[in-house]
Amino acid sequence: MGISGSLFARRFGVTEQDLERYLREALSSGGDYADLFFEYVATTSISLDETIVKSATQGVSMGAGVRVIQGERSGYAYTDDLVPERVLHAARVAAAIASGPSRQPAAAFAGPERRDCYPVATAPSETDLAERLRLVQRADEAARAYDKRVFQVQAAYGDSLRHVLVATSEGVAAHDRQPMARLNVLVLAREKGGEPRSGYGGGGGRVELSFFLNEKTPEQFAREAARQAVVQLEAQEGPAGEMTVVLGPGWPGILLHEAVGHGLEADFNRKGVSAFANRMGEQVASPLVTVVDDGTLAHRRGSINIDDEGTPSQRTVLIENGVLKGYMQDRLSSRLMGAPPTGNGRRESYQHIPIPRMTNTFMLSGESDPEEIIRSVEKGIYCAMFGGGQVDITSGNFVFSAIESYLIEGGRLTRPVRGVTLIGNGPEALKHVTMVGNDLRLDEGIGTCGKDGQNVPVGVGIPTIKLERMTVGGAR
Amino acid sequence: MTAELEEIAARVVRMALEGGADDAECTVLSGDEFTATVRMGELERLKDAGSRAAGVRVLVGRRPGSAYSSDLSPEGLRRMVDSAVELARITSEDPYAGLPESTELGRLEGDLQLYFHELGALATEARIRAAREAEEAALAYDSRITNSEGASVDTRVSYRAFANSRGFCGSYSASRCSVSVVPVAKEGGSMERDYWFEQSRSAAALEHSHQVGRKAAERAIRRLGPRKVATQKAPVVFEPEAARTLLGHIFEAVSGDAVYRNASFLAGKLGERIASEELTLIDDGTLPGLFGTAPFDDEGVPTRRTVVIERGVLRSYLLNTYTARKLGLKTTGNASRGLTGNAGVGHGNFFAEPGQAAPEELIRGVRNGFYVTELIGFGVNTVTGEYSRGAAGLWIENGELAYPVSEVTISGNLRQILEAIEAVANDLEFRTATASPTLLIGEMTVSGQ
Repeated sequence: MGISGSLFARRFGVTEQDLERYLREALSSGGDYADLFFEYVATTSISLDETIVKSATQGVSMGAGVRVIQGERSGYAYTDDLVPERVLHAARVAAAIASGPSRQPAAAFAGPERRDCYPVATAPSETDLAERLRLVQRADEAARAYDKRVFQVQAAYGDSLRHVLVATSEGVAAHDRQPMARLNVLVLAREKGGEPRSGYGGGGGRVELSFFLNEKTPEQFAREAARQAVVQLEAQEGPAGEMTVVLGPGWPGILLHEAVGHGLEADFNRKGVSAFANRMGEQVASPLVTVVDDGTLAHRRGSINIDDEGTPSQRTVLIENGVLKGYMQDRLSSRLMGAPPTGNGRRESYQHIPIPRMTNTFMLSGESDPEEIIRSVEKGIYCAMFGGGQVDITSGNFVFSAIESYLIEGGRLTRPVRGVTLIGNGPEALKHVTMVGNDLRLDEGIGTCGKDGQNVPVGVGIPTIKLERMTVGGAR
Repeated sequence: MTAELEEIAARVVRMALEGGADDAECTVLSGDEFTATVRMGELERLKDAGSRAAGVRVLVGRRPGSAYSSDLSPEGLRRMVDSAVELARITSEDPYAGLPESTELGRLEGDLQLYFHELGALATEARIRAAREAEEAALAYDSRITNSEGASVDTRVSYRAFANSRGFCGSYSASRCSVSVVPVAKEGGSMERDYWFEQSRSAAALEHSHQVGRKAAERAIRRLGPRKVATQKAPVVFEPEAARTLLGHIFEAVSGDAVYRNASFLAGKLGERIASEELTLIDDGTLPGLFGTAPFDDEGVPTRRTVVIERGVLRSYLLNTYTARKLGLKTTGNASRGLTGNAGVGHGNFFAEPGQAAPEELIRGVRNGFYVTELIGFGVNTVTGEYSRGAAGLWIENGELAYPVSEVTISGNLRQILEAIEAVANDLEFRTATASPTLLIGEMTVSGQ
């Protein structure tokens, strides 16, 4: 196994000798470690609005990044041209971070054992355009047919095919082909003469185009969006204050992403700026709670065969029965903390330095029947769908915003309520989990996570859970 | 540099017309970035790189197609143009799609002070020194500042060229330099961070590194030992950094894209009173040296000053060519896009006109209320105006900032929030492209314990 199977060897003629030469240049001023990251991304997007296809875009971007590490220091440079002179120049620029005698990179390369979490023979980006176009048209038709109060539909399809090649001064060379596709539907509905309400549906993953024909059809996403918008027509202002909150399964797992996920990324803990720093082994959640990050799930949006530093992805237990067990590591933090890397070193593109990031983060199923969880609540709120969330990792305070929720009164869902933001504190919030459902569900494949100005695709998941106490930010 | 990019843009437009397009427009971007980060006194990261890319949008009849590429070789540009023309075959005929009228095209003349050549020549050592000074000043400010996420000096130089088949061809250069620091304060079991930054088109921001450090430290210290207040309705004072996020939501609601789809709570309200008389909102892309300034928008239309809200009355939406045609109006020179695709709507310097009172006077007038310094989360819906966000700040008791507050939300509806603006202070500073003085909102729901 070498790099010969990679796009960069086949199309751009990159050889192992080239990689070694670039790494030698990168370590010419010393340094403990250097790596190269080659990236080629082709994207397509098609969007429909007001029943017509208003835009279609295709593009290609490529480049290479060179990093040199000495102690806690990193030097980074990149080029959008893969000719040897430009990569060598980037290597010299990155080398400026180090000082000392030059070092020799490993003389030969070996890669991790290859496996494929997303075997996709034909990537969606390699299929016929007309077929992909049909998806947005079908979504539009289905959303409009759902209810006559639907008056605006925006449907967007996007795919990408990303090729990466990583080579390190320690002799690791690894490459991957990462397909992705996603369909989004945004719907507005209104009563005659009334105010519009919005609904959203969407999903995808590292899948073949047939996913949208057989597994999750445009009609399903469109009906979900239309259903939400129509439900919102009846919604009343949400309640304010502390109360019992039940989260439905799936995308509400964004709670974990914000409440504990970011706080368990190794860089924040190495630097002691996370609310979870130095709390390994402590009880940070109810014993009912086990949370994992797993980059190996088949065809998931957050999955990766290797991270952007060439480390194979894995399943990492973050919290086990409420006890803090593990951090998500990149190479730099794992070196400095003396812990093994966990395959969480990711970057948005060749223009970015890798940092610890989540992949698919979810809570394992418990034993409660979801119906029974709702029945157990006298007064509270049930949140079925969320928009985005954010966290201040130092104080631990996090928010996430419900876009579809209902009042629970006497153990039953009664009235829908409008958008409300929920707020809590990371190391405290999950201690209030008193029931965990047996219905773990992963999200549909819509998540994008932002950190330090870099966006990467992620997944979340959660079973139905009950939080005895949480602050709900309604206006009433 | 920009002449070369203009030449590429004009060539791509010609290639597109020869390749079967009836109209074409091309953007070429080139940029250099340099970042130096220092943490706990030690250099942590240096990043130094540049890149270029081009994007083309064609119209075949009234069917659009777009493509982009980072490969600017003749073959790369050819593939990009072919791809855009091919895509125009699958899109729909859109009677509103098209380029601006020739008479609408043009650029502001004169020096807008967007580009300072010195920035590119700044020595690495000078950048590292400024970052180090900012962090040192933060750490020295108070013994409770025990840690730091680091201080950075970030400089960016960008070149943008644009050409279209209606005869526009132009370019401009822009530079910016920022110093920022994120100190961490600790006392007992409480740990809080905050940040501050200064930016400038020239290297001037670097001269303020000490002040940046002190200000960031002061902001982090005042958050220590926060309380979670009781759920209540109360007046809310937004400090400028928080107030400008509110302006950001108003921008979304007056943006032509949301308005023509009826996806804005301000759609159909032109000429109506939609806010308190205290509020006058301006968009101005012409102010020299500021961060929302440009000689022309991303369709080649000159930027201008637009009064959006005048003493509470909605006077204008912000529009590009497409959204203007959809609404039967004229473009306001607010087209915005990255490399390619149909233009969206962006703003220039989008700001609230300052009032007379000092911010302290606004606070003094509040007996029991919330002074908000930070907002997190995405709980704002432009369609309905629903607003619910996580907030941190200080509680106001009898006109004084009394104690820190966190883990609460503030909520309401943007319609009511706009009407409830009781005062706009006099402390307007153009620190970013969206700028607001301190604002006092008469009543919002604060959700806590």
